Amino acid sequence: MGRYFAIRIGRAALTIVLVVTFAFVVLRLSGDPALMILGPEAPPEVLAAFRKAWGLDDPIWFQYLDYFGAIAKGELGRSMRDGRPAIELVLERIPATLALTLPAFAFKVALGVPAGIYAALHRGSGIDRAVMMMAVAGFTVPSFVLALLLVLVFAVQLGWLPSGGQDSWRHAILPIATLSLGGAAVLARFTRSAMLEVLGQPYIRTASAKGVPWRKVVTSHALPNAAIPTVTILGFMVGTLIAGAVVVESVFSWPGVGRLLVVAVANRDLAVVQCILLLVAMTMVTSNLIVDFLYGFLDPRLRAKGAHA
Amino acid sequence: MPPLVSIRDFRVAFGGVPVLRGVDLALGKGEALGLVGESGSGKSVTWLAALGLLPRHAQVSGSVRLEGREILGAPAAELDHVRGGRVAMIFQDPASALNPVLTIRKQLCEALALHRDLQGNAVKAEARRLLDLVGIPDAGRRLEAYPHEFSGGQVQRIMIAMALAGNPDLLIADEPTTALDATIQAQILELLSTVRRELGMAMVLISHDLGVVAENCDRVAVMYAGRIVEEAPSNQLFADPVHPYAQGLIGALPPLDGPRRRLTAIPGTVPDPAKMPDGCAFAPRCTLAAEPCRLAAPTLAAIANDRSVACIRAEASRRALLGIAAE
Ligand SMILES: Nc1ncnc2c1ncn2[C@@H]1O[C@H](COP(=O)(O)OP(=O)(O)OP(=O)(O)O)[C@@H](O)[C@H]1O
Ligand code: SF4
Ligand SMILES: [Mg+2]
Repeated sequence: MGRYFAIRIGRAALTIVLVVTFAFVVLRLSGDPALMILGPEAPPEVLAAFRKAWGLDDPIWFQYLDYFGAIAKGELGRSMRDGRPAIELVLERIPATLALTLPAFAFKVALGVPAGIYAALHRGSGIDRAVMMMAVAGFTVPSFVLALLLVLVFAVQLGWLPSGGQDSWRHAILPIATLSLGGAAVLARFTRSAMLEVLGQPYIRTASAKGVPWRKVVTSHALPNAAIPTVTILGFMVGTLIAGAVVVESVFSWPGVGRLLVVAVANRDLAVVQCILLLVAMTMVTSNLIVDFLYGFLDPRLRAKGAHA
Repeated sequence: MPPLVSIRDFRVAFGGVPVLRGVDLALGKGEALGLVGESGSGKSVTWLAALGLLPRHAQVSGSVRLEGREILGAPAAELDHVRGGRVAMIFQDPASALNPVLTIRKQLCEALALHRDLQGNAVKAEARRLLDLVGIPDAGRRLEAYPHEFSGGQVQRIMIAMALAGNPDLLIADEPTTALDATIQAQILELLSTVRRELGMAMVLISHDLGVVAENCDRVAVMYAGRIVEEAPSNQLFADPVHPYAQGLIGALPPLDGPRRRLTAIPGTVPDPAKMPDGCAFAPRCTLAAEPCRLAAPTLAAIANDRSVACIRAEASRRALLGIAAE
């Protein structure tokens, strides 16, 4: 068990380093921050001074070491725009994002999981087909299309809800709905196939053959097994709580982390972008660790492997 | 007194393709019946359908009576009582037959709670006794283990313990040893015979292995393409098979002390259920086939008071056999 987690934590740390490195390199090779922030009209000596001040003239490997040295000391750099610590800028946006993603996560689970289970148990029925059709739709329609559709219907046509901004809870409804519907569709599809896979297993037949009533076969034999693969996708969804709303925040002008990221990328505000990516990588990796832990909890076969490894 | 189980004109189809085409079979109390036949002949489907364990898309008709009481289409609660409580079933593949995320205790006690009037500590004590009975050492501790911590042979023993939990009158053992290696096979069969004799339980032993059936069963039914084609006391069937298919099977049997083989030595293959020939399903492979065989499917008819055969040339076939034997 200890080794099982030691290996996974090591792998998690490596993932974070790789993500941050990748972001670092790509950002530095894709345009001059000095030009982006000061504008093309800025006098050359101002640009030069800016580059010098932010260390942009140093060789890339030097900047890279510098950057990791700073991270090790807990410094994530300052915004090139307004000089404030990047981490501050990011942290103050997190509550707004969570205000969308947390309720959306709850709705996804509350809608998607039961729909998937129901569809699997009534395979081929009208409701199964309806659930699958909605799931495929929710899966294939990009979230900005869904967002615009919702705006068109509920804001423009019916006038029930605002189409953007953050002034009241009513402003959160459409963004949350956009996030929930797509996610619930993915989850319903996934839960359904996990459940179908389990229902076809011989141990389900064994349970029925010994006289366990069907309802109990489902709850105490099928669900605990179907939970194992479903936890994977739930973990993935937890991993997107911080940055899973980039598109939706942009469409609904919601001032969360996602919008900050879009703006910071457009401006080549390196420290801010890197700070966000680091945070995203960390949430993803943490949620993966939680998933691994849950696997150990849900699946005795893994538990044993960990103990003997 | 009605037989323990009596199956009449039992038919099963999947998506309109008939797989069982009128099975007639009866079984007395405490009797051991062997069920043999090539892969796909419908041995498993017969019993899965009888217990209502097939997926919903299976179309089932006919009659399955348990001590005279119809169980086909019985309400779910009644079927749940029959399954495990009157008729228990164990399967071929021990690796996936037990639920991987539940302890043996949970799975065993679940069966006990369903079919026996036991409370509290008595349940666990009985579970331990059953594990002891089927030869799992250190039963008290092993109850808390998960299925993956047992070998295939041990899982099959646990399956037998679970089947015994409900004190059934009949145990269906569907190729219980096919997935196990030879020494373990022998041990499991030995265990099955012992518990059967001690508990006075009837058993249906489904097997590819005629030797196994000969050793463990009083009577044998031979299935071909969704029908019973011959039924006889074991010794008579092996000494004097009448149906050309049964003759083929037994002719293909290696000597008793030789290695066992699967039943594949008859030339040709089982017809596709979707393209059943008219008349006798065995005709394309039958050396005795004649014009009348292709007109109507022969029905299972008694040739002695404890034997029946489904072959219109049963007499000719018998003479042919005797002729060969005399040479
Ligand atoms: N759930 C199912 N859906 C569709 N067809 C099925 C199903 N179960 C069995 N069949 C078909 O029914 C026929 C009989 O199958 P069955 O499992 O009873 O054969 P068997 O005699 O037990 O063979 P084996 O010795 O291989 O176990 C086969 O043609 C099989 O393909
Ligand atoms: S009925 Fe005819 S074809 Fe069928 S087994 Fe008998 S002899 Fe052969
Ligand atoms: Mg079978």
